Amino acid sequence: MLKYFAKRIVLGLVTIWFIASATFFGMHAVPGDPLAGDKAMTAQIRANLEAKYGLDQPLGTQYLIYLGNIVQGDFGISYTQENRRVNDIIREHFPISATLGILAIVFAGLGGVLWGALTALYRNRWPDVVIMFLVILGISVPSFVVAAISQWSLVGANLAAGTTILPIGGWGTVWHMLVPALVLGLSTMAYLTRLMRSSMLEVVSTDYIRTAKAKGLPATQIFSRHQLRNAILPVVTVLGPAIAGITTGGFVVEIVFAIPGLGRYFVQAIQQLDYTVIMGTTVFYGAFLVFMVILVDLVYGLIDPRVRVEK
Amino acid sequence: MTAPSLSPEDFQPLQSSVSGQQLSRPSLSYWADAWRRLKENPRAMASLGLIAFLLAFVSIGPYLWQVDPSAQDLDQIGIGPGADRSVTLAAPFQPWLPEQQATTLDDNMLGFTLAMPATTQAVRLVWTMENGTRYRLYRNLFDPSDTGSFGLPLAELDRSYFEDRLDLQAGTYYYSLVMLNADGSETTSTVTKDIQVTRVISAAEALQRGLIESEDDAQLGMALELAWHPLGTDYLGRDMLARLMYGGQVSLFIGLFAPLAFVLLGVIYGSVAGFLGGATDQAMMRFADFVVALPFLLFMILFKVIFGIGPGESGIWPMLVAMIILLWPAPARLVRGQILQIREEGYVSASRLLGGTTTYVVGRHMLPNTLGVILVTITFQVPSAIFTEAFLSFIGMGVAPPTPSWGAMCNEGIKSMLTRPHELMFPALLISITVLAFNLLGDGLRDALDARMRGAE
Repeated sequence: MLKYFAKRIVLGLVTIWFIASATFFGMHAVPGDPLAGDKAMTAQIRANLEAKYGLDQPLGTQYLIYLGNIVQGDFGISYTQENRRVNDIIREHFPISATLGILAIVFAGLGGVLWGALTALYRNRWPDVVIMFLVILGISVPSFVVAAISQWSLVGANLAAGTTILPIGGWGTVWHMLVPALVLGLSTMAYLTRLMRSSMLEVVSTDYIRTAKAKGLPATQIFSRHQLRNAILPVVTVLGPAIAGITTGGFVVEIVFAIPGLGRYFVQAIQQLDYTVIMGTTVFYGAFLVFMVILVDLVYGLIDPRVRVEK
Repeated sequence: MTAPSLSPEDFQPLQSSVSGQQLSRPSLSYWADAWRRLKENPRAMASLGLIAFLLAFVSIGPYLWQVDPSAQDLDQIGIGPGADRSVTLAAPFQPWLPEQQATTLDDNMLGFTLAMPATTQAVRLVWTMENGTRYRLYRNLFDPSDTGSFGLPLAELDRSYFEDRLDLQAGTYYYSLVMLNADGSETTSTVTKDIQVTRVISAAEALQRGLIESEDDAQLGMALELAWHPLGTDYLGRDMLARLMYGGQVSLFIGLFAPLAFVLLGVIYGSVAGFLGGATDQAMMRFADFVVALPFLLFMILFKVIFGIGPGESGIWPMLVAMIILLWPAPARLVRGQILQIREEGYVSASRLLGGTTTYVVGRHMLPNTLGVILVTITFQVPSAIFTEAFLSFIGMGVAPPTPSWGAMCNEGIKSMLTRPHELMFPALLISITVLAFNLLGDGLRDALDARMRGAE
C-alpha cells in the first residue's frame, strides 16, 4: 500500500515537472519578447526583471533558474500588473475558487448519491423516469448555458419579487455562493446520479443483500447499512476526475457570475498574454489536480479494504 | 401363429423423407444483429434521425439558405426572430435647427415632448427651460418604473432641446428627463416618456440595399420590406441562421473528426502494445498513464497559447492537434485490454493453428472483435469534443472570430443575454441537441454492440 502510493507520488511529481517544463518551453517558443508588452517599461524595471529571471542567460540556464524558483514556490511577477506577485494572486484568489469548488462537490456528491439511490429504488417508475430525464438534460447542456439561464432566471425572480432574493453575481456572503455552486456541480451531479443508479441496481442482486433479507432485516436497514455503503464505492473513485472537471468548469461560472476567483484570473491572463501568470497558475492548477487524484485514491483505499489487499 | 408373409419389397430401404436440419431463417451476422437491436431502440433511432438532421442542416443548409454569414445588415442589428421588418422611405437626414421651429410642449411638469415623429434617423426632444437649471436626459430599453433605473445617461444639458442619434433601432425607448439641483444632484422633477421609434430609410440607402429598382421609384412614405432573417441577427447584424449553419460546420467537424482521429491513434497504439506484450507493453502503457495524468483542459489552453493564431487563421487546426495529442491514451488502454483478452480466445489459437499469419489474425479476428467497443467509444467522445470546443471558444481560446462556431456564438451571445436572448439560446440549443443525440446514440450502440455492457446504465 505504502509502496503503491510512493510510486503514485513519484509519478505525480514527474507529471508536475513535465507540466512546468512544457509551460516553460512552450512560452519561450512564442515569438516576441516577453517584456515588450503594450505598456512601456522603464529601463530600471526591465533591468531588474531581466536580472531576476536571468533573461540575458542562455535558455538552459533560464530553465534551471525557473525550476529552482518553482521548487522554492516562487512563480514570479505578473507582466501586466507590475507590482503583483503571482504567488499573491494565487493566495488571494484561489481560496475563493476552492470554496466554490468544495461547495459544488458537496452539492454534486450529496445530490448524486441521493438521486441515484432514489432512481434505483423506484426503478422504471415515474421518479426514475423524471430524474433520469433531468440527468440526460444535465449532461447535455453546457455549463455556461446553465450558468446563463440560471442568472437570467435570478434576474427575473428578483424583478418579480421587487427585492433581491439572491444576488445575481459577485462574492461575499453565503447567498452569493449558492447558485454558482449549484450550477458548477450540476453536470457532475448528473454524472454521479447515473453512476450511483447502476451501482445500486448491481448491489440489489448480490448475495449479501439476499442474505440480509433472508435473516429478516428491515428494509430501511438493508438500504442504509448494506446497499448504500456498497453502492457508494464507485462514486468515490470518480470524485478525483470530478474535482478536475469542477475546477475547469469553475472558469466559466466565475466569469458568468463575476466571482473574483483564480479561474477568472487565469482566463484574463490568457486573454492578456500575461506569461508569468499563465505559467504560474498552470503549474499550480496542474499540481493541485494531480494531487487531488492521488488523495482520492488514498481515501478510496481507506474506505474499501479490498483495494489495500490488491495493491 | 402364422408367419407374416414377407415379400422382397419389404427389405428395400426407406426413402428418406425428412431432412434432418433446416435453417428456418437466414443466419444473422454480428452487425445485422446489432442493427436489428438498434432499430428496436426508439431513443437510439430518434437520436440517429436528429444527427442526420443536424448534418443536413450544416451541409445542405448553406445551399438552401444562401446568405453570407459575415455580411452585416446594419438596418437590423440584434433583432429577434420574427421581428417586424417594415421600413418607411424618408427624406435623407436633415440637420435640426430647434430655435427656428416652434413646438407645442406637453402639459407635463417639464413640458417634455417629442419635437417631430421619432425615426431611426433621430429622436428630437424639447422641454421648457427654466433659466440657470441643468437637466439630465436618460434613455432605457425597459420601463424605468419596472426596473427602477433610468438607463443610459445621454447628456447633461443647460438648454431646452436634445437630438438623440445614438444607435437607434426600431422599437420603444423610454426617455427620462431629470431636473438637476445647482450642485448637480437630481431633483424629484422627472418626466419619463415612452417613444415609438419607426424605422426609416433614405432613397439612396434603399437603392444600395436593393429594396428599390431606381431612385425614380422612390416616394416618400413608401413602405418597404427589409431582408428577412428567420432567426434574427446578432450584435453586428449578421444573419443568425447562416451563422448557425457555418458555425455548425466548425463545431461538428471538430466534434466528429477529433474523436475519429485520436481513437484511431489509440487503436493503433493499444493494439501494438497489447499484441507485443511484455516489456514493450509495460513501457508503452506507462507512457500512456503519464499522458492521462496531464490535466486536459489546462494543456488544451496551453497548446492554444503556444501555437497562437495568426491573422486570418481560424484556430481549428491547433485545437484538433491538441485534442489528438492529449486524448489518445483512453482508447489505447481500452483496446489494449481487449486485445489482451482476445489473444487468449480459442478462435485465435485455432486460426494460428490453421496457419494464419499475424497480420491475418489481427486484421481478421482481433480488430473486428474490438470494433464494437471502439465504435461506442467514438460515439461517447463526440459530445465531449463538442463541449471542449464550446468551452474553449467560450473563454476566447477556441475558434478565432470572425469564423463562427456554436461555442464562439454563445460567447458573443452571453454578453447581451438580457436584452437579446436569442443570440445565446439558438447556438446553446443546437449544442445541447447535438450532445444529447450523441449521448443517446452511444447508449443505444452500447446496448446493441457490447454484450457485456448490455443493460448497464
